[in-house]
Parts: sequence; structure tokens; C-alpha cells
Amino acid sequence: MKEPSIRRRIIYDKVFKIIIILLTFCSILPMFFIFFFITSKGISVTNWKFLTQLPKPVGEIGGGISNAIIGTFMLIGIATAFSVPVGILAGIFLSENRKGKLASLTRLCVETLQGVPSIVIGIIAYIWLVVSMGSFSALSGGLALGLMMLPVIITATEQTLKLIPGSLKEASLALGVSYPRTILKVILPAGVSGIVTGVLLSIARVAGETAPLLFTAFGSPFMNLNVLKPINSLPLMIFNYATSPYPEWHTLAWGASFILIILVLGLNLFTKVVTKRWKVQF
Amino acid sequence: MESTVLKIEKFSAFFGENQVLKEVSLSVPQNRITAIMGPSGCGKTTLIRCINRMHELIPGARVSGKIFLDQEDIYATDPIIVRRQIGMVFQKPNPFPMMSIYDNVIAGYNLNGIRLAKDEKDRIVEESLRKAALWEEVKGALYRRGTFLSGGQQQRLCIARALAMGPAVLLLDEPTSALDPKATSHIEELIVQLKDTVSIVLVTHNMAQAARVSDFAAFVYLGELVEFGPSGKMFTAPRDKRTEAYLMGKFG
Amino acid sequence: MKMNHSKAEFLVLRSKTKTMRWRKPALSESSFRKILSIAGVFILLLLVAIFFSLVIASFPSIWNFGIRFLFSSTWDPVKSEFGAFPFLVGTLATSFLALVISVVFSIPISIFLGEYSAQGSTATFIKSMIELLAGVPSVIYGFCGLFLLAPLVRILEMKLGVAPYGVGIFTASLVLSIMIIPYSASIGREVISLVPSDLKEAALSLGATRFEVIRKVILPYAGSGIVAGILLSLGRALGETMAVTMVIGNTNFIPKSIFSPANTLASVIANEFTEATGSLYLASLIELGLVLFIVSAIINLIGKLIIRRMGVEG
Repeated sequence: MKEPSIRRRIIYDKVFKIIIILLTFCSILPMFFIFFFITSKGISVTNWKFLTQLPKPVGEIGGGISNAIIGTFMLIGIATAFSVPVGILAGIFLSENRKGKLASLTRLCVETLQGVPSIVIGIIAYIWLVVSMGSFSALSGGLALGLMMLPVIITATEQTLKLIPGSLKEASLALGVSYPRTILKVILPAGVSGIVTGVLLSIARVAGETAPLLFTAFGSPFMNLNVLKPINSLPLMIFNYATSPYPEWHTLAWGASFILIILVLGLNLFTKVVTKRWKVQF
Repeated sequence: MESTVLKIEKFSAFFGENQVLKEVSLSVPQNRITAIMGPSGCGKTTLIRCINRMHELIPGARVSGKIFLDQEDIYATDPIIVRRQIGMVFQKPNPFPMMSIYDNVIAGYNLNGIRLAKDEKDRIVEESLRKAALWEEVKGALYRRGTFLSGGQQQRLCIARALAMGPAVLLLDEPTSALDPKATSHIEELIVQLKDTVSIVLVTHNMAQAARVSDFAAFVYLGELVEFGPSGKMFTAPRDKRTEAYLMGKFG
Repeated sequence: MKMNHSKAEFLVLRSKTKTMRWRKPALSESSFRKILSIAGVFILLLLVAIFFSLVIASFPSIWNFGIRFLFSSTWDPVKSEFGAFPFLVGTLATSFLALVISVVFSIPISIFLGEYSAQGSTATFIKSMIELLAGVPSVIYGFCGLFLLAPLVRILEMKLGVAPYGVGIFTASLVLSIMIIPYSASIGREVISLVPSDLKEAALSLGATRFEVIRKVILPYAGSGIVAGILLSLGRALGETMAVTMVIGNTNFIPKSIFSPANTLASVIANEFTEATGSLYLASLIELGLVLFIVSAIINLIGKLIIRRMGVEG
């Protein structure tokens, strides 16, 4: 029986460790490239005019992304308005019913919904709202984004509430507080940190989504505040401009990318800070 | 002749098919401390949870028999109203972590949507904290969250919270088992002072505590009420052999 | 009975609370529980509605083409002849290639964060970087892929003597692989860190090197969890739209080599949906969406099932 020498085994061990470390650090290089590239190309375009003007037609110099910024916020607003109440209620339902057929089925549906590709969500919002309304709209775009936020909020709510010790519920019930009031005034406030984190993270997820908006919100060169009309958003604009043949538009797209990445990363950072500050200790 | 605040008549409790309390009949005297003792699993915690109707919150739980609070059948009343008249303090102190000390004490009113004038609230908070022997220690920090308090102080906060509702009976479920000896003796002193204002039912597995503090004692074994009587007599001359065996430490 | 000042006050409070009209809660317990159940049922109905909406909307295409939809490679809007095969090939090719590339990096990351460097500032740094990678919007990946990566691939293709498109399956797979690294890396890290330390210590005390412990103890134990993480990143890759659309070249023919342009199920929908004229065209595109939905759902559920079982065991 040939036994590899100890020296050889030690060499293998060291080489392996080096390979692992190398590959790990290599994999985060793209992050630096992307960030560096976008910042260098985008920051020169970004100025106050850029943020407050409407995009100009092809051939004209200048223009801005104001409608895309407003559109992004409007779409997020619509999505949040619908997904947060439904999501929190469903999350409470799941955390208050650990066992039970309906709860298990619901959990399965939440997991499945989480995995639905974003373009399919766009198709659904198209079928449900665009076809019935006869036109593209901010509403349908907001619905699509809301459907994507829903599973994240539900899961965050359920997991947060599950961690709250049962003694809190008992203390409230023993004071003669009704069950609905106990849930809404004691349990929910105790879990506010985790729930808000879930909401913020889901917003960060959908702020950068394009596919579900391609044939729902559709995009628009104008400023639009009407939820029943098509609306632009930052990712949509980036997609349209980046794939266009006009170099001026490419430049705008870099600027828009810069703004978008700051928005998304800033939101992630903000979420971390908020979570820490509002966390309730038990 | 002692007057009775709680009359328990042939009361049984079940977890599904499993019978945990067997036709317990007991008259809890008013303004006295009644200790309920017994080995673990004997049903003493279930008994007091039936008194404030918390037992039925467990899925599959069932009861039979009657319990009267001042002549009212508590199982014929809305459980929420029963729980407002019968307060409970738990083994592990559980103040509401997101609320200030002030809000914790007045929580029974706030959470129930009862609107009170500010000075009335202040009065109730101060009264309850004084009765719980906590006022002097926290009066300067009423609006801070209660999490900085020691275990014993947190438990007194929970007592104040229960007292603020003006209950007729206060149920204490092993209130000192999670506390150190110094805090334990503070709470025991407090309980003795409180009996003037509320009737107290104290569940404890600590025989010495029961002997120190209670006026009356009940011994529960395997779901049955084995013996009940004045503490002095019960600890020195128990009538039932099982009581004697328990008191001698033959089983715990 | 001894009466004193505070006791009298207490009795007054008691009688007050007894007679005070306790406001009945606006919501009774049973109504509240019903509302909660309705929220649960709503989610159920949502998913059912999604599935049936897709089926009903693709019905003209299902009726017209039947099962040969999946095997036909003609996608001709003019002749109203539609077949999904080119896109199935494109999807599978990009996803699997991306998977293979990403695994080369995500498993080392899992081992690094799970075993070598579980705590400390390096670990936090790497973890945050991986999280950031996952947070970058898809369209930005596509944008950078188009303007940064495609020119490099074009140079490579010229060196290899292939048609220098720059875009195609290879480029799309590269971009995709970077995007899915965080998913398998984080799950892999968790399963590896869950390996009981007494197993590792037993092996080390027998004289094994760390490499050998990883190879012979940790990886076999965490194996199925790592596979689950890979499955989940596969599910992600299958549905990824924007980045792929921007760098895959958008042709509706079966790709001949990994440098050929192609289309995936998601990218053809993204490209042609708004221009689709005629109900059969639209229905066929929606049927592609239905296929995508079913395949992603199955892969995701299998992956989550494995993870749940591992979580229970570990």
C-alpha cells in the first residue's frame, strides 16, 4: 500500500488553501469593475440638470432623467401600497398558524411565487390589467412589482413574528386584552424591525427590475403622474437607451445607471442601519 | 369565618383525552394568601390557568365544572372580562420590551383602548408602583424602557401592571423561581403586604416559601385536591398520608 | 379587616373597574382570525390564478401546435409558425454553462466563508461584497456586459477565427454566472458552517490535513445542501431576463456553437412581446412564459425541499 508522504499532503493542503482564497477574491472582482466603470462613466453626466430635466429627442444634446426618477418612485409607491398590507396580514396568518393545512399550502404558494421569473410576472400583469384596461399603465407596472415584493414581505413577517417569545402574548392576554388587539398592539410592534427590514429589502429588489415593466408600465418620454397611463422608470430607461444605436443616449444610460446603483445600494445600507436601531431585545 | 372570593366546584380540566384536573373543589378565602403546592406535573399551574381562563387558549383544551368569582360564574362571562378581574404574574418576568415603565404599568388600559385623563393615569401608575414596592426605585426613570431593571424589579413591574387593573384576585405562578434569593425575599415581603388589597393564590414548588408566606395551603397531587386547610396546621399535622410524604420530601 | 388609606382607594378602583363600561373590541377574535385566513386564501388563489391565466392565455397556441410546440425549431411570425425548441436550447445552454462557471467560484466561497474564515473582518467584507453582487440590478449587468465584456469576447472570437459577434451564448453565460454566484455561495456557506465540529475535530485528531477534512468530511456531509444551493441558482438563471437579453444576440435559430447568438425563453419574450401582432403570436409567447413558469417552479421547489430537510437534520 503506497501512502502519500506527509510532506506531499501538507503541500496539497497549502495549495488548496491558496486556490480557495484566490478564487474567492477573484469572484468579487466583477463588483469592483462594475462600480468603477459606472461611476467613471456616469458621474460626469450627473448634475442638477440631469436629474431635473426630461429626456430630449435624439440628436439633441443634454436632457435628463427626471421622468424616470419620478416614475421609479411612483411605481414603488403603488407596489408598496398593495403588497405591504396583504403581505403583513398573510405573514401574521402564517406565524399564528404553525400547523394546519391552509397554512402549509399558503407557505408552499409563497415559496413558489418567490421563484416565478420576473418576465412571467410581467405577462400576468399584462393579462390582468393591460388587456382589461386597454392600455399600458403605471398601475399594471405597480401590480407587477407588488407581486414580486409580496413573498419577501410575507416571509420576513412570518420569520420575525415567530421569534417573538410566547410570554409576550401571554402577558397581554392575561391583562384581558383581546386577541386582535394583542396581535396588532403588542406582537406586531415588537416585530416592527424585522418587518420593516423585509419591506425595505423587497423595495431594493424591485427598484432595479426591468422585465416586469416592459409591457406593463412600458416607459414614456414624458413626465407622467397619471397612474392610468404609461410611465418611465430608471431601469426601463437604461435598457431602452443602452440598446439604442445613439451614443448620446448611451451616455445618458451611464448616468442613469449611476443614479440607480446609488439608489439600490443606498437602500441596502439604510436597511442595515434601520434594522440595528429598531431591534427589540427580549 | 373567612369569606370566600373564589369558589371552585367539582372542576376538571382536560388536554384532549388526558384529564389533568379531577373534580377539584376549593374555596379560596378573601384577602388571604392561598398557596397551591404539589410535585411538578400535578396540575397546579393548570388550575390557576383555568381560574383566569388561559387554559382554554391551548388547542384541544377542555374544562368541566364551575368556578365562581364573587358569585359570578366565570365560565358564563366573557373571558376578557374575567381576565381583567383576575390578574396573573408569570414565572419568568415578562414586561413589554417596547414600552416604557410607565406604559407597562398602564398597559392594561392602553391596550384595551380605555381612555383616561393624564392625571388619572399618573395616579394609577404611582399607586400600583407603590403597592409593588417599586416606586422609589423607578420614579425618576418612568419613561425609560424597563429592560435595564433587574429580574426582581422586572417581576415587581409585572405585579404593578397586574395590580393597576384593580383585580379581585392575583394569581402568582411560581413568581420567584427565576429570581435570586435576595429578590425572592423582597417579593415574599411584598406578597404579604398585598393581601390587604387583593386575594392571592400562589403556586409554588418551594415548600419553605409556602410555609413562610401563606395563610392557607392546598396540596394537589396527580390532578386531585388532596388536602386544603390553614397553613400552620397543614405543615405541622397533615391529615393525608400523601401530603405528609410530599412535605417530607419523599417525592418532588 | 384592617382598613387603611391605600386599601380604601384600591377598593374604589376595583369597584370602578367592575362597573366601568369596558369597550368591546371593535374586532372580535373570530372575525380577526377570519381576516387572517382570508389573507392566506388570497395568496393561494393568487398562485392558482397566475397558473390558470397563463394556461388560458396560451390556449390558442396549445390548441394549434400541441406538443410539437416544444420540439419545433421554426419561429416565423410571418407564417404564424411557432416552435419553442431554439429557445429551450438557448435557455439550457446558457443556464448550464453559467452554472458550471459559477460553481467554480461559489463552492470555494462557501468553503472559505464556512470553514476557513467564518468570523472576522475579512469574512464580513467578503460577505458584504457577495451581497452587493446580488443587489446589482439585472439591467446594469446587461449594460456592463454589452459595453465591457462583449468587446473583449469579440477580440477572443477574432483570435479563434470565429464570427466576431461579441454577443452570444458565451457572453450571456459569463454575465449570468456572475449574477448567480451569490445564491449558491450563501446557501453553501450555511450548510458548510452547520457541519458539526465534533466530526471535524475527530478527523483532525486522527492527523488529517484541513484539505483532507474538507474533502472527506465536510463536503460529503454538506453535499446535498450544496446541491440544493446550486439548484436554486439554476432556477434563478433560467428566469433571468434583462442581462441575458442585452448580450445574447437575439436570433431565433438554434445556436450552432457557444459563440453563436441565440435567444432564451425569457429573452425572446422580452424582445418580441410588445411587437407581437396577432393572437397566435402573443399566445405562443405566453406559452413560452408558461413553460418557463413550470420549469422554474419545479427546480425551485426541489431545491427548497432539500434545504428544508437539511435544516431539520443539521
